[in-house]
Amino acid sequence: MPETRPKRVLQLRFPARAGELKRVRDALRERLEGCGCSDKSCADIVLAIDEACQNIIRHAYRGESDQAIELEVERRGDRLVFTLTDEAPAIDPSRVKPRDLEDVRPGGLGTHFIRRVMDEVEFLQPASGRGNLLRMVRRID
Amino acid sequence: MEHAVREEQGNLVVSFRGEVDLEHSPKARAVLLGCVERGRDVFVDLSGVSYIDSSGVASLVEAFQASRKKGLKFALVSVNAAALRVLELARLDKVFTIHESLPEGDRGGA
Repeated sequence: MPETRPKRVLQLRFPARAGELKRVRDALRERLEGCGCSDKSCADIVLAIDEACQNIIRHAYRGESDQAIELEVERRGDRLVFTLTDEAPAIDPSRVKPRDLEDVRPGGLGTHFIRRVMDEVEFLQPASGRGNLLRMVRRID
Repeated sequence: MEHAVREEQGNLVVSFRGEVDLEHSPKARAVLLGCVERGRDVFVDLSGVSYIDSSGVASLVEAFQASRKKGLKFALVSVNAAALRVLELARLDKVFTIHESLPEGDRGGA
């Protein structure tokens, strides 16, 4: 079925730096609008991807780095598939968990946002055998 | 991100504009905590904020908690839809005091 053949929506490779994230958000927002996502969905997805990039900067690279983050977005029918890969030492996915929101404190919200916005979130083994690969899926609405 | 701090009826009103993201949230945090440190009730005007992420929200939570420790009031004002959505995702929309506009002539408004 042609409509389920993956279609690349966006591919970006950028240094793991906070100052890069606005450019990533702007490019992503533009492509999401082109896919027919509602304004609310666009905003939610942009937030989730931004937070996933921040997690890579903070927890995988342990701070800003000139090493790369790669974002790839594919459309598969009515779903968008996002993959984020990095070249950092492998993290333990079991330690990347949303925290209890009843405990009101400053940090730890990013992973919660990702889980709330995305329909599927999973860490996979990168084909290169090194780094980390986060795959997220969100239905277009 | 741009910010401005002004005094109004003895309170401090902090206005942010633009994107409060990972790059700019350290500045937002410093501004907010600096206002709390001055020992005044703080109103944070978010009407001009087009984007806020978890690091920006964390700055608000930290200043809110610092205010409470000092027995001061801390409230958000004119929170636009984009910022409110993020606060809802964080389930903080019920934690923060949120005003539609600055309480006129009401120092105890927060």
